[in-house]
Amino acid sequence: MEFYDQDVLVSKIRAATDDVFSTMLGIPITPGEAFAAEGHAESFDGVIALAGLTGTWIGSARIACSPHLACRLAGAMLASEYPSVNEDVLDAVAELTNMIVGNVKSALEDELGPMGIGIPTVIFGRNYRTRSAGVSEWVVVPFECAAERFEIKFALMPNGKAGVVRSLEMQEAV
Amino acid sequence: MVLDVLIVDDSAAIRKILQRVLVQADVQLGTVHEASDGHEALEKLKTGKVHLILSDINMPNMDGLELLAKLRQQESLHSVPIIMVTTEGSQNKVLQALQLGANGYVRKPFTAEQIKEKLAGLI
Repeated sequence: MEFYDQDVLVSKIRAATDDVFSTMLGIPITPGEAFAAEGHAESFDGVIALAGLTGTWIGSARIACSPHLACRLAGAMLASEYPSVNEDVLDAVAELTNMIVGNVKSALEDELGPMGIGIPTVIFGRNYRTRSAGVSEWVVVPFECAAERFEIKFALMPNGKAGVVRSLEMQEAV
Repeated sequence: MVLDVLIVDDSAAIRKILQRVLVQADVQLGTVHEASDGHEALEKLKTGKVHLILSDINMPNMDGLELLAKLRQQESLHSVPIIMVTTEGSQNKVLQALQLGANGYVRKPFTAEQIKEKLAGLI
């Protein structure tokens, strides 16, 4: 059963996120301790951006944050102020996701071969449930940003096989 | 020199950011045309002349490389500077873009300085 080293994946996610935040937003972020989480359906309030990866390895990525943080990030990207989530904010979060996941993809391609990235989808609402089919386990990389927390979740597996990413030691999400 | 520019990206956020970054890179902007994919870009170019094109690669309907190839086939657009602005970072993609006639390649995320550097000598 093939797996991709989770520690290496976490370091690529952190590097890509730091690059995007420092270059495009100018907002400092602090990475938290990464952990593994089971791929159950989960309830959520807020903003989630989703992107898929294809190739000899396939994957799914999610970036989740509060509406307040989404507005703050969009404001930094677009040099504007957004008191509430609107189309501009959703578009900014989509592009943030595209850049972070796109850069992780580029870093993975050196080892895993060519990959494609899907167009990000952004969802905003309250009390909705999400589930990514075929994902049994996520790598979760949390970050602190502007006194709030956001999470990047990644699932990566060989295409066409029942492989799972090797688990980190399971921890309770804080 | 005042430049008329075409910005091609399926993200409205990136199109806004690129406009701002061009100004920060000391470009005097004239008319800024926007397109969300290659098809729309070609339509815009039928009615407006431009001095510079910035284009993403991964876009629906017609991607940036197909757009690039079509633009370089057109006599009137053969010498317009085209810079690809994209998350695609593989050497293959960069080479492909340059072979198709791109004048420069900038990875997202980008700074105004990086854009300015790519524009130097082109406009």
